[in-house]
Amino acid sequence: MADMQNEEIPFMQRVLDNHFLLLFLGIAVPTVLYIVWGIMEIIAIPIAK
Amino acid sequence: MATTYRNCPRTGLQFDTEAEKLMRWNAVVGVVFLLIGGIMALFVILTRWPSVKLLPADQFYLVLTAHGVDMLLVWIIFFEMAVLYFASSTLLRCRLATPKWAWVQFWLMIVGAVMGNYAVLSGESSVMFTSYAPMQASPFFYLGLILFAVGALIGCFVFLGTLVVAKAEKTYEGSIPLVTFGALTACIIAIFTIASGAVILIPTLLWSVGIIKEIDPLMYRVVWWGMGHSSQQINVSAHVAIWYAIAAIAFGAKPLSEKVSRFAYFLYILFLQLACAHHLLSDPGLGSEWKVLNTSYFMYFAVMASMIHGFTVPGAIEAAQRKRGYNNGLFEWLRKAPWGNPAFSGMFISLVSFGFLGGISGVVLGTEQLNMLMHNTFYVPGHFHATVVSGTTLAFMALTYFLVPVLFKRELILPKMCALQPYVFGISMGVLSLVMMGAGTLGVSRRHWDMAFSGAPFQYEWPGAAYLMMGLTGIFGVIAVVGGAMFCLLIVGSLLFGKKLDEGKVTTERTPFPPNTVAANVSSTGSAEHVAVPGTMVLAMLLLVSFVLYYFVNWKYLSEVWGLS
Amino acid sequence: MSAILPPADRLWWKQPIDKIEWTWIMLAFTWAMIMFVMMIYWHINGKQNLSTETYKSTREMWTAKAEKFIAENTVRTETDQQIPVVKVAPGGDAYLTASLWKWWPILELEKGQTYKVHLYSMDYNHGFSLQPTNINIQVVPGYEHVVKMTPTQAGTFAIVCNEFCGIGHHSMLGRIYVK
Repeated sequence: MADMQNEEIPFMQRVLDNHFLLLFLGIAVPTVLYIVWGIMEIIAIPIAK
Repeated sequence: MATTYRNCPRTGLQFDTEAEKLMRWNAVVGVVFLLIGGIMALFVILTRWPSVKLLPADQFYLVLTAHGVDMLLVWIIFFEMAVLYFASSTLLRCRLATPKWAWVQFWLMIVGAVMGNYAVLSGESSVMFTSYAPMQASPFFYLGLILFAVGALIGCFVFLGTLVVAKAEKTYEGSIPLVTFGALTACIIAIFTIASGAVILIPTLLWSVGIIKEIDPLMYRVVWWGMGHSSQQINVSAHVAIWYAIAAIAFGAKPLSEKVSRFAYFLYILFLQLACAHHLLSDPGLGSEWKVLNTSYFMYFAVMASMIHGFTVPGAIEAAQRKRGYNNGLFEWLRKAPWGNPAFSGMFISLVSFGFLGGISGVVLGTEQLNMLMHNTFYVPGHFHATVVSGTTLAFMALTYFLVPVLFKRELILPKMCALQPYVFGISMGVLSLVMMGAGTLGVSRRHWDMAFSGAPFQYEWPGAAYLMMGLTGIFGVIAVVGGAMFCLLIVGSLLFGKKLDEGKVTTERTPFPPNTVAANVSSTGSAEHVAVPGTMVLAMLLLVSFVLYYFVNWKYLSEVWGLS
Repeated sequence: MSAILPPADRLWWKQPIDKIEWTWIMLAFTWAMIMFVMMIYWHINGKQNLSTETYKSTREMWTAKAEKFIAENTVRTETDQQIPVVKVAPGGDAYLTASLWKWWPILELEKGQTYKVHLYSMDYNHGFSLQPTNINIQVVPGYEHVVKMTPTQAGTFAIVCNEFCGIGHHSMLGRIYVK
């Protein structure tokens, strides 16, 4: 038991406990993959002949 | 003014008095808008019922817009604000950060909701919930939505602030509870939702008053859905958190594994919002790579997360019930569950409907090529009535049954009717979603006033089965409205006339969590108290088999339509 | 402890995962991958993939093309509104205009032939919903969408508008003949 109290907290647990890192990821991922990429697709549409 | 706390004598939960007031008011206003949206629902359903066809076209589109806005945004987000305050201040036994700002949240959302409703009901904004530019609503419509969203954003910040306060003041040790983590997921998705909403609605407002000349219609669709679909992903995160909460409250169930459940939420945080692309799969101009990656939540990781939650919630209940000795056969744990308790029955019907009806149909609808079979048909509202109504709204109703004695300190009136309500509402809504999806499979359009196309230059006769499905939609829609009305009546009635309950002690001292004893630590570690959950595995396999069959049946349908390339 | 309390175990990440739970996770993961690959597979081997060929266009540019197409290929007119019925050459281009509240013109196609159908909306969003086949495509104003279609059945098909476009939305019905 003593061991467990002092053992370092695993990396993923620290990530999941870091609420503002999660906030950053939760906004960055969809902003890049969905919004920014989507808008780039629209900008790249050629003009009709 | 010093913060005061109340300890609920029935549950042992501790409420910051100010936060408690905020939860009560947000929930009450939510229910009021549920009632308004429900009245609109009745008009919608009675008009789409081919043999009734109550309203003329203009009024139909008006009530349909109001129904969409009040249900999809107003009712749900008001209730979610209450959930956020509960999951932060109550579950962390912490004071609510900046209660004054929380009241700003409340009033801004009220002003926004009233303004939006006014704009719609005055008849100048029958543009549907989606309000696709260049179709224009009155500026008050956009302004109302913006104010509402800003209010919700403030609520999210109060939630995050409360997490910071709890950590700084060390009201808990280690990690936040799983339910709070679920609420955090909802809050993060809400912030993305509101940011997308701001990016598109502010220019649209300026366009509606003539300051900006044009809004690109395709750009509008992409960014608007960043709000429109994500707002429904807030609901998914929130109602999954409520499933866990009710399982914990009703059974003392503990998650099968904190690691698995939290990691599933982590997948939601990263990928759930990509599904906004579901609405753009049959659109011009967007590449297939963009469509495939986004619509699949980055390789279906968020679907996997939902399947995990769908397993761990009943799994936790099964484990708790088996420990109590309901150990016979595969399903004694389920048979002996408190089916007469509306908090449990509502939650369980919500879980099953969301998984079997909403989840499966959503993934099929959101498959790039299959979407062409259903895009903008009646299948779409069929799907989201299974998710947002059977899933979210029913979960919120279930939680409300728990909250009335706890938060409002009133006994529920008419307990027999309370026990019945989740069945009436849940079952009729389930059948309603199914027949709506049936009609959509036959091609019937959503948001369409007249299946007979009066005034059109030609005739088109829908298959007879489509009329049958629409008739059933009418019948079960009306029953669902009755179920919803029962809920509003029972809750409002209980708040006004329910027997007053002991409210417990109010103090200025915060009561900390009971300390984590070594014994408690030991008992929850390792496999010492391991309980197998075979019943849940059977249910989960049933889901998977239905999922696989239905998925491939739709590919078969697709292979039979005209060639497209 | 319970889901509404902080985890009792300080190192909850290190708790072992039950076998039955792992089984389900792996099943869910496998199914997720199958569904992902299925969409890509259909792009390679399926016969129903929505074209992404799109051009930005204006009403003037579009009207010039569409009117030329109608003037050169009309075979007859139908109904009181004198809607032109336009026979499209196999493999050729067809221009279909959506506007409040009509689909213009009527197209005449042949079974088994492939056509490039150009879709364009003059005003609001419209929905191209081909019935009873049930193919549904969004038509967004300002964007010319070129969809290659190969009719597989002969008959009379209706084009229902399935995107809300105002008070006359329900009367927006078009037609395609396939011989």
